[in-house]
Amino acid sequence: MGDTTPFDEMHNADGSVREPYRALAQWLDEQPDKALTLMQSDAEAIFRKLGITFAVYGSDEGTEKVIPFDVIPRIIAAQEWRRLSKGIEQRVKALNAFLYDIYHRQEILKAGRIPEKLILQNSAFCPEMMGLEPAKGVYAHIIGVDIVRVGPDEYYVLEDNLRTPSGVSYMLEDREAMMQLAPDLFQRCKVAPVENYPENLRRTLDSVAPAGAGSSPNIAVLTPGIYNSAYFEHSFLADQMGAQLCEGPDLFVDGGKVYMRTTTGPERVDVIYRRIDDDYLDPLTFRPDSMLGVPGLFDAYRAGNVTLVNAPGTGIADDKAVYTYVPEIIEFYLGEKALLNNVPTYNCTDSDKRAWVFDNIQDLVVKEVHGSGGYGMLIGPTSSKAQREEFKKKIEARPDNYIVQPTLALSTCPTFVNAGIAPRHVDLRPYVLIGDEVRITPGGLTRVALKKGSLVVNSSQGGGTKDTWVLED
Amino acid sequence: MRMLGRTAQNLFWLSRYVERAENMARLLEVGYRMSLTSRREGGASEHLMSMMQAAEVDEEFNKKHKTADVDTVAHFMMFDPDNASSVYSCLMAARTNARSVRTAITTDMWESLNGAWLEFSQIKPRDVRGAKLLGLLQWVKQLSHQFRGALLGTILRDDGFAFSQAGNFVERADNTARILDMKYYVLLPRAKMIGGDLDIQQWTLILRAASAHRSYRHVYHDRYKAHNIADFLILRPEMPRSLIFCARAIELTLDSLSELYGKRQDCHEAASQMRAMVEGTTMETIFAHGLHEFLTEFIARNNRVTECLSESYNFY
Repeated sequence: MGDTTPFDEMHNADGSVREPYRALAQWLDEQPDKALTLMQSDAEAIFRKLGITFAVYGSDEGTEKVIPFDVIPRIIAAQEWRRLSKGIEQRVKALNAFLYDIYHRQEILKAGRIPEKLILQNSAFCPEMMGLEPAKGVYAHIIGVDIVRVGPDEYYVLEDNLRTPSGVSYMLEDREAMMQLAPDLFQRCKVAPVENYPENLRRTLDSVAPAGAGSSPNIAVLTPGIYNSAYFEHSFLADQMGAQLCEGPDLFVDGGKVYMRTTTGPERVDVIYRRIDDDYLDPLTFRPDSMLGVPGLFDAYRAGNVTLVNAPGTGIADDKAVYTYVPEIIEFYLGEKALLNNVPTYNCTDSDKRAWVFDNIQDLVVKEVHGSGGYGMLIGPTSSKAQREEFKKKIEARPDNYIVQPTLALSTCPTFVNAGIAPRHVDLRPYVLIGDEVRITPGGLTRVALKKGSLVVNSSQGGGTKDTWVLED
Repeated sequence: MRMLGRTAQNLFWLSRYVERAENMARLLEVGYRMSLTSRREGGASEHLMSMMQAAEVDEEFNKKHKTADVDTVAHFMMFDPDNASSVYSCLMAARTNARSVRTAITTDMWESLNGAWLEFSQIKPRDVRGAKLLGLLQWVKQLSHQFRGALLGTILRDDGFAFSQAGNFVERADNTARILDMKYYVLLPRAKMIGGDLDIQQWTLILRAASAHRSYRHVYHDRYKAHNIADFLILRPEMPRSLIFCARAIELTLDSLSELYGKRQDCHEAASQMRAMVEGTTMETIFAHGLHEFLTEFIARNNRVTECLSESYNFY
């Protein structure tokens, strides 16, 4: 870490092309001038026409942007992926076991492996979930694990995202666009398909339906509505799965059961893939001012008459303060060593530690414990003096609200920018489905920081996406 | 799985708003042409005002503007978000409804509408004057045609289709009735059977607003006559914007819903009554009872169809 050149996904240090990228490199060489420029503008037109847009919070109402799509794919070799997916599977199994334990006997707390206070006084802990038996014992059915790579064999998990991870529609549409733009490239590389994600999602949701639901359960995708930044994804997934896309007012609870209001009257709902936060799910149980949720939903859930995906209260397992303990969690429940690294993470509550953090802040990343989307974050090496001073004040005022990590040298991947093809930093979010079995879609969403040198890949802050290929043997 | 009541509602209004955008473009075109040819002092402004009355946006206009000159009116009818029926507002509302039911409409329908919206957003209102205005109005009509084409060519013939068709024809019936009502007095029978220049100008306006000035000749093989014009737009079943055509289409559409759902409801009765108003009657009978009264009742019955439909199928 520090000044050394980051690992490049495509090129070795001596400039030669890494094995998985051979066919791509050759293809790029063969492209006539301007071909990539044309592809880039075609891609933009494809996305805008399909309405694959996202709303940026804080900008004018109705402003919709297209997430920039980069035409150069990110490629992962088959054996690289096998290692990664093993590590991911281990992690998501352990985290679900952890959630079951936390909302039942709390053995891990009794064993003193995690401080009780960290869990029980955490705002992400959901006491209403205590003792509840979710279908198949699964709490987090849909997980998007954020992973960065810093070397040929070195991966770190940044975040686990067990609440309502988004972005999977971009994974699917990026592939669709790439196949339209460069069909010949797919003939030269054996790329593992991602297209069955919606089918697998449907199977996962079916598998966790309540006992009485029958062989073809009624599935609803619950969205906050068209002004939500991820609305496109909600409608896309509902469409692809043949599920009903509902807003809160479309659903109601009667006699402990959930129904949707259809043109011919009430129809029972068995599984709700909800894309609204815990707090807004049910004004009777959680935030009383919520207009997005369904009154009585939580009671229906407790009664086992409907399955909520993901379960409320999963946030306790991806909390940034709990994150530090994930290797511990894996060992405790599975008796295995973690296959994927955690980023070393420090808190600032101790005054000595704080002094060290302040001395080294220009080399560190500071994150708000409950922040997301790249907001409320300081990246030391690219920050200004004023920003660093501001964060010192913030940390001083509320030390428990921040965690600190070393700045990782995120790998780079060749990216088509104004100046031509240049390396840009990337991360990776594979999507995992957990129901009757664990299903991991090969690849995932690669986010790329389009600004030179930037480490922030979030689409709200100038990040783009790339199609992500896992090669088959 | 049955369709959500809200989805049915969105489909109904999606089609209504696209149809309304088209009708607003027609009305503005007529108002604009009339204002150009008016030779009287203040005549241009009067034409524009009566056009806005027909569109039921005159009150909102008067709140914002003192004088009705062509540019102000054109801007108000095309681009003003405060005017709930401006082309801008209609397209915005149509697209919002479409976004809410992305899963219930086809990709072709979405792309047609979304593409139109994106193009429309690129237009700078300042640049739209004179000949450019007519070009733009033509474009609005075409986008409506294109959307309807995408709909008819791709949508499943299920309940969703029925709700969108209902919206389309309820809006069109409303529009034709309002255009007629705006100028009903120039259509009344008079002792002198041949209209003066002014009458002919007004009749042209009415026919143009319904895109009927050419097809009129095909049906009547005659010069413009008040009686024929009223007959054409009210009682002619082959005229796709006439009241009888729309009323029949609405009844048929709702009947298909009752067949699909196995249940007749209040909206079916309402639609059937509205159709009966225009079926088996003559212009003589209508004139005898009063054209204005007839149109007022028709508009009220048409509104009643929407109300009943909303109740019968759980719009909310």
